[in-house]
Amino acid sequence: MQFFLFHLMPYADLDLAASDKYKSAWVTLPNSYYDPRKGHELYNRYLDELEMAEPLGFDGICVNEHHSNAYGLMPQPGVLAGALSRRTKKVKIALLGRALPLVNNPVTIAEEFAILDNITGGRFIAGFVRGIGAEYFSWNVNPAFSHERFHEAHDLIIQAWTKTGPFAFEGKHYNFNYVNLWPRPFQNPHPPVWIPSQGSTETIEWAAHPSRRYTYLQTFSPVAALAKYMQQYRDSAERQGWQATSDHLGWSVPCYVAETDEIAMREARPHAEAFYQKFLRMPPEMLLPPGYLSLQSMQGVLRAKAQMQSGEKSLEAVMESGMFLCGSAATVRDKILHFQKEIGFGKLLTMLQFATLPHELAVKNMTIYANEVMEPIRKAQPALAAAK
Amino acid sequence: MSEPKIYFETVEGCKTSIMRAGSGAPLLFLHGANGASRWAPFMAELAKSFDVIVPEHPGFGRSDMPEWLDNVGDMANFYLSFMKQFDLKDVTLVGTSMGGWIASEIAVRDQSRLRKLVLVASAGLRLKGVPPADLFLWSQEELTRNLFHDKALAERLLAMPVSPEDSDIAVRNRVTTARLAWNPRLYNPDLEKWIHRLDLPTLVLWGRQDALLPVAYAERFREAIKGAKVQIFEDCGHLPHSEKSPEFVAAIRQFAGEA
Repeated sequence: MQFFLFHLMPYADLDLAASDKYKSAWVTLPNSYYDPRKGHELYNRYLDELEMAEPLGFDGICVNEHHSNAYGLMPQPGVLAGALSRRTKKVKIALLGRALPLVNNPVTIAEEFAILDNITGGRFIAGFVRGIGAEYFSWNVNPAFSHERFHEAHDLIIQAWTKTGPFAFEGKHYNFNYVNLWPRPFQNPHPPVWIPSQGSTETIEWAAHPSRRYTYLQTFSPVAALAKYMQQYRDSAERQGWQATSDHLGWSVPCYVAETDEIAMREARPHAEAFYQKFLRMPPEMLLPPGYLSLQSMQGVLRAKAQMQSGEKSLEAVMESGMFLCGSAATVRDKILHFQKEIGFGKLLTMLQFATLPHELAVKNMTIYANEVMEPIRKAQPALAAAK
Repeated sequence: MSEPKIYFETVEGCKTSIMRAGSGAPLLFLHGANGASRWAPFMAELAKSFDVIVPEHPGFGRSDMPEWLDNVGDMANFYLSFMKQFDLKDVTLVGTSMGGWIASEIAVRDQSRLRKLVLVASAGLRLKGVPPADLFLWSQEELTRNLFHDKALAERLLAMPVSPEDSDIAVRNRVTTARLAWNPRLYNPDLEKWIHRLDLPTLVLWGRQDALLPVAYAERFREAIKGAKVQIFEDCGHLPHSEKSPEFVAAIRQFAGEA
């Protein structure tokens, strides 16, 4: 199993009471609640936390893209990945991802990723997403064309990375006379591609296509949904004539580890509950605008996520469903090994800072997790570690 | 209430659901974002004076979703083919909300089969500084409450049971509406440029308390279309045909009867 440290860079100083006056911490929460002085401290603190992952022994670090919200302050994640690419030397840097349908020129993403791959000498992992529904309000991109634009932008980026330029690209949404990428990516034929998703059938089928075989990441979902979607990926691969391995499957989950179960729950509670009740809160219309999902997929995700949209998620409820890992190192280790054995994912992306969790606790969490969860699991799986 | 004939016709490769009743001059009714899957009382009333034709737009209700449908211009061209295929002449074209937008786009392209135009709380033009409300951030319940001025009426509608079929159609209608109208939101800059070419007797109807497209838009259409007459319904939201049905029907009868 490979271990990644995932960060959302939330606006930890959010006035939680004031944010309740709005429908969500996304799209319409006024940016008067953002204080740039605090932002200055937060960005530097969060970059420090991500950089710590290397000495702690993580395989990689992850950033991602969200817009106009307090949940994650990385609307332009390439800037953060660029900063990290020079301050780290060994860890992979995964940008999970850019939201392809949001841009009118996907070549900018091909360029940005290629630069990062060049600077890091091939430590870069490319993530492609459609963005969550709220993004389509913030960027005023038509969600009904989201799938079309995602597929077309993806094809354009992969061609830009792999075809000798200049060449013409003739699409419906994107048209170019001269695609001619300088720089070409460092990795050959291109950086590995990971596809984070919340369980869209179309996305799973597409990622599992034999011509792609992209790593599928399930983000912030109950374990039952995780198991279902990962099985769906394996089944889809098999139907399409190939065998998916654990390497093709990843799980992204927030996690808090402390000296004992009791301490872990006490320290995590206000921050975990703020994460689910405040930072993630949004009405279904904002999460899933019309056309963002197919009708069939929409019904599926709504069922799987029905709980997630209700604001009243207690720590116990998210622990129970496996949406949040919390406890002593032994407790968390056992849970991970149990889920890993049952579900068979090969990449674990833990978010060890969340919502309002302060720096000291985030660092303690990362340190205990690295030394007492990650390393013992690595030792318990020598074959996997050696194969890495 | 007279029962309409409900049937399907294939136009431009799209299997299209049609309700039709009455006799007299043809009145083509173009529905808004909420669709028109049911024969409504105002349609029955109009059918006493007109041959009322109510198609469900491609991508809405029981009609197919054609490959070619990307924008309201596609929809307008579809209806030009529709009128030609059924040889409709001297048509009174009535469009509400997004249907008004489609009607305007039809008339700008070719008004040879049209006699008169009725735009009801119509989308299609922009009024800077007065953006429409964001209907896509409204839940189905908020939508119903916000579209009617009469809150009791909205609550009665919300209390009615919704069948799984109705619910599927509502989702479908929202998806097609987004496809056509998300960005630019509910207007077409090219229509702004060319709506002045429209040369038809035009009646613009609006509800004073329209919470989606504010009543200021009525003036925008009056300025844009030469000779257009405006009638505002008091105590009325975005759906005058539904909320002020008798007044709505009377306004159309009177307008159609004028020389």
